[in-house]
Amino acid sequence: MATDTIMTKPGLLAHAGGYKAMALVALVTILSLGLLANDTRWIYLLVYLWFGVAYGVFLQYGRFCMASAVRDLFAIKVPRMAVGVMIATALFSVTAGLVTISGYSVFHPHPLGWHIIAGGLIFGFGMIFTGGCASGSLYKTGEGNMGSMLVLLSISFSMALFADLGSWSNNLAPASWATSALEKGMPESLTVTDGWFDLFTAGYVWNQSGGTVADMVGTGNIWVDVFVGNVLLTAILPILVILVILYMTTYRKGYIRRNKLETLGFGDEMRGIWGMITTSKNTAIAGLGLGVFAGLQMWATGALREHYEIFNFGELLIKMGYTEGLSIQETVFDPGYWYITTQEAQLGGWVMSLFGRDVTDNIFFGLQNGIPNPLINAPLLMSVGIIVGASILALSRREFKWKVPNMETATFAIVGGALMGIGARLGMGCNVGAFFAAVTNGDLTGWIFLAGMLIGGLLGVKAFNMWLNRKTAGDEFDI
Amino acid sequence: MAIKFDKVSDGHFQLDVCGYVCPHPQMYTKKALQKLESGDELVLVFDNPSSGESIIAMCETEGNDIFERDEGNGSTTWKIRKG
Repeated sequence: MATDTIMTKPGLLAHAGGYKAMALVALVTILSLGLLANDTRWIYLLVYLWFGVAYGVFLQYGRFCMASAVRDLFAIKVPRMAVGVMIATALFSVTAGLVTISGYSVFHPHPLGWHIIAGGLIFGFGMIFTGGCASGSLYKTGEGNMGSMLVLLSISFSMALFADLGSWSNNLAPASWATSALEKGMPESLTVTDGWFDLFTAGYVWNQSGGTVADMVGTGNIWVDVFVGNVLLTAILPILVILVILYMTTYRKGYIRRNKLETLGFGDEMRGIWGMITTSKNTAIAGLGLGVFAGLQMWATGALREHYEIFNFGELLIKMGYTEGLSIQETVFDPGYWYITTQEAQLGGWVMSLFGRDVTDNIFFGLQNGIPNPLINAPLLMSVGIIVGASILALSRREFKWKVPNMETATFAIVGGALMGIGARLGMGCNVGAFFAAVTNGDLTGWIFLAGMLIGGLLGVKAFNMWLNRKTAGDEFDI
Repeated sequence: MAIKFDKVSDGHFQLDVCGYVCPHPQMYTKKALQKLESGDELVLVFDNPSSGESIIAMCETEGNDIFERDEGNGSTTWKIRKG
């Protein structure tokens, strides 16, 4: 594999890119030390930042991208990334299980409803056109891809605008949502019956419930509940089934031809499946790293919350004298684990507020997440960390290259990114928050989001192919 | 920065997808290879590393041989023989 060749080249850092990578590490380290010298409580924010850096390194190493996984599977029948993502998911489920048993899990299951599959579908359709999922676009930005940065901006603002839809959108919501929203007794400042997304949240989502499979198993023995319910039943068994399906439908044909096999025994089939898994080695290694670090992040944030006797970073910010941009509950978005899109929506909302738009009268910003200054928005710094981490590895592997999108790619980035943003808000997360973090913590809504993403991805590939066929019908491909 | 697909001589083709990122390079490569006859050679020039890994896997599955690889300055050139 080309990647292996690059990784084993001598003098990984003894070149211009390597020096830039080292300078980047030094810069983030110095900034971190400066913050700690100012107030040691910034450690809470720095945990997010540095875990982000680690995620960025692993994402770039494994080119971990759900858009690639779905698109390559449907468009060119290549299962490599899909297999890698499945391996990563299985491994993360084990570390997440250990964190849950240790009592430091900060995971909250998502409410179950039609919105999960609808969100996944819109998100999946959009990501085919942008060429990257939410986490993929972050690491590709770190490789110097300005088109991916455009995707991130489009996701950020589409989410903020969607969460802040005005009165004109009220009629698009069923009347029952308004009745139900009013019954929640929310403060008047939130105007919960004004704006589609508020009506959707208070009048529909809050009426749904969710839970983990460990809760359903409910034997009272936490080891059995977590490892049978969350790890085995929710993650590992479905993943094994998916791997077999991927092998049978995509990899097996080429495996038989390459090895000139005529009849296949059980051993041949097992070797075939193992061969498929090992072709995804880099993604699987990245998955192992992501799984371990994602588990460690939950543990570290849980321990810091216990140490500072807080439930949310907002409380710590107030103690440190920062009161602007908090929600009316005096909280900020602070999931405590790997998440991508909500903090990007906060960035969009914060920028809109700079231009005089009051976004705090809606539930998403005003009640739940706040719009803190990006410099003290801990999860947003995790996303910045992902970009930095990916840059560090891309520079050291000589893979960093500034790429400016052409008009076609830029249009796809903006339109696809907007769809991803809308899908992420409907589905309450992206490929990371709504799928990866959910499935690995025993929340079945993650599989439903993935099902939506697959349907959307399939439709996206069909639409993309139609575009490609139309484009190549001219002289360009007419040979 | 348009995609260039040219016939260099009989059985020899060139596809340049420099400047394009996922999903374009792998999808154009698939489309170009579909136009070739078995035994024809395609010189593929691209600069998006992650597409390269998808193209390797695609060629392995479809039985096409990447017989020469040149990691140049900022772009990659591969020669692929259609199986």
